[in-house]
This record gives sequence, structure tokens and C-alpha cells, in this order.
Amino acid sequence: MSVMEGAVQNNIPGIDADCGGSMACATCHVYVDEKWFNKLKKKDEGEEDMLDMAYQPNKFSRLSCQLIVSNEFDGLILRMPSKQG
Amino acid sequence: MISTDVLIVGAGPSALFAVQQLGLLGLKAEVVDNLDKVGGQCSELYPDKPIYDIPAISECTGETLIKNLMKQIEPFNTNFHLNERVDRLAKEGTKWKITTNRKKVFIASSIIIAGGIGSFEPRKFPLKESEKFENSGVFYSIRDKKYFDNKKICIFGGGDSALDWSIELSKNSKVVLVHRRSEFRGTPKNVETIKRLEKDGKIQIETPYQINSIEGGDKITSITIKDDEGKIKKIDTDYILGFFGLVMKLGPIAEWGLNLDKKHITVSTENLQTDKEGIFAIGDICTYPGKIKLILSGFHEAALAARGCFRLARPNEIYRHEFTTTSKTIHERLGKKKS
Repeated sequence: MSVMEGAVQNNIPGIDADCGGSMACATCHVYVDEKWFNKLKKKDEGEEDMLDMAYQPNKFSRLSCQLIVSNEFDGLILRMPSKQG
Repeated sequence: MISTDVLIVGAGPSALFAVQQLGLLGLKAEVVDNLDKVGGQCSELYPDKPIYDIPAISECTGETLIKNLMKQIEPFNTNFHLNERVDRLAKEGTKWKITTNRKKVFIASSIIIAGGIGSFEPRKFPLKESEKFENSGVFYSIRDKKYFDNKKICIFGGGDSALDWSIELSKNSKVVLVHRRSEFRGTPKNVETIKRLEKDGKIQIETPYQINSIEGGDKITSITIKDDEGKIKKIDTDYILGFFGLVMKLGPIAEWGLNLDKKHITVSTENLQTDKEGIFAIGDICTYPGKIKLILSGFHEAALAARGCFRLARPNEIYRHEFTTTSKTIHERLGKKKS
């Protein structure tokens, strides 16, 4: 399961995921906490391309549809942008 | 005023296949879409990305899929009303009256909403002050490039729209291209051209920077840009252009009084009808228990909704299920000669 799916299925506001996880919209944008950022699997080129379109991206930006959760990410800290669109 | 059997809102794959399914049943459809081309998300979001789950087609791009769907509906000579958004719906007798933002009026016995996830709008600069200058100093598209001749322009973005316009406008103006990272995602040819123009001193490239502020009174005089480390640079400029792609907004659809569930329209699985008789919703915009957001689901939904529309458009006729392989009527509608 991705962070995006977890958020959408549990009605957590602020993750729009308009495209449903096909990496085509950049509306599930999150900022990963600095301590966690390098522990995550690196983003591929397609994700970086989509982040160009995100609202106020920074170097800790990720698309939450690409963050697949597992036990080792227990305690992962993500912050939300002030909006998605 | 245009009279038709069915008005279709949206021109993505589900909408195009709905035209075909309605056509086979002898129903006429008119299509309205906010974008300047058909294809919806296939054309706008992933024209070059391969799709692998269209039945019987192992691999095809969004662009090819749309091209083939358009070919399939050629026999029906459908009118497309592009660059136009449906704003209002009102019941008129047993029919629906539909008004667009350009005040075009349609009368139809049914409406099929195949609006994807709403209408696309350009993604804007994240600054409050950018609104004040919108269309005077801040632009998200270009209507007349002469407007920018002999001016100082800052272009933001890393895709082909940003690169195309940087290359074009650098011929007659001073262009600064700003992007949040040093890699550009445009075509290799565009990226190469940009790098060459930079070397020749025709374009100034600033990466990795994002917009930080806009200064000016009636007109923009300068902007500042900032990198991830907080370093700020000032640039004197007349205009700024943003090419950050498109965002989707549900827009007027939210105001039509339909039952919604988290930005989706709830429908019956029998015929994809909404809670209002004569209004159907198919494709990504509809939801029902078990809904899967796939193009192939949209095709199936189009077939069911078309039959729902038939009952309303031809109340005195009995619906007969026919196969395209054998039905003479269908062959006539497709313009196929007897062999």
C-alpha cells in the first residue's frame, strides 16, 4: 500500500490524488521529514518530472503515491503543502 | 439552439466510445469539452505514455488510443464543441436544457457526464500578488506572441511548453528561463537548443530556483527567485510566464445538484444514471460500489449508459439487442455496404 492510498482510504484530507496513483497529476505531494528522506527508495525520473508541477515543491518533496509503506517506515513523518492544486 | 438526442460533457476515451455506442443505437450526440483538443487525460496528461490494459491491444499510447477512437466514430459525423465548458443544466419539460460558458444552448433528452475529474486549468504561481498581475504581467498561456516583442520576460517551468516558448520568444525578447532543478524534462532536441542558446548568450537560465516575490505598481518591474538553501536573486522583468501543467477542478459540475461522493458522482450500476432522470455519468467521474478507474470500465459504462439514453430518446420504440457482426441496421449506420 502506498502512503497516498492509506491517506485516501482513511479520509485524511489534503491528499487529493486526482489521477488515482498513476503518477500523472502531482496532487498527492508531501514533504518528507529530513531525517527520513534518505531512508526512502529514491524517486525515479517520472516522479521528479511530475514534482515540477507540484505546489511549492522543495528538495524533500515526494509524491505519496510512490511511497510504499512497510514495517521499516513505522514512524515516518510527512508534512503537507498548504494546498495541492 | 442545438437539438440532439444526447449531450456529452467531456471528450475523453469514455465520452468518445459513448458516441460510438449511441451511434450504433441510432442516437445523435453532441460533445462539449473545456480543452482545445479531444482525448481528455489521455491527450493532456500522458499522450506518450504506453497503456497496457486495453483489451486486445497489448500496448498503445494515450495519443494512439484517442486517434483510433476518433476513427471508430467517423461514420457518425459528431460535432465537437471544444474550448467550451458546460455551465448550467435545467429541466425543460421532459428534456434538458444545457448552457455553456459561451452561451451556446442545447436541448437533449439525456446528458452523459464523462468529465474525468473535472476541467483542466493552468497551475498558477503560488504567490498572492501574482493574482493582481494576472493577464497584465503574469500569464499561463500565450495568445499573441507579438505582445512580448522587445520585452524582458521570465519563463518558469521545465517541460516542453516552457522550453518551446523560451526558444520562440528569445528571438525578439530578452528571456530568462527559471526552473526548480537543473534538469529539464522537455524533448532532447528542445533541451539541446536551450543549452546552445544559453551558450550563445541568447537566453539566461536560472536553476535551481523558484519564484519568491513579484514587485511593481501597475506593472511588474522585477521579481525575486529563491533556491532551496534560501539564496535570493533579483531579476528585472516586464512579464512572467508560468508553465506548470494543468490542475483539475470539478468546476460547475459540483453545482448541478447531483449526489456526490468525494468529488465523484454516484450512479446506478444498471445504466449509470445519476439521481436525476436523464443525467448519466461514466468514466473516472462516476462512482458506485466496486468502481475501478480504468479506461476499459469507462467503455463498459458507456455501453450501459447509451442504452439508458435510448429509452429516454425513443420512448415509443422497443430496445432490441443487436450484434455488430450481423445487424443490417447497424451496418447501415456505420455506412458499411453489403458484401
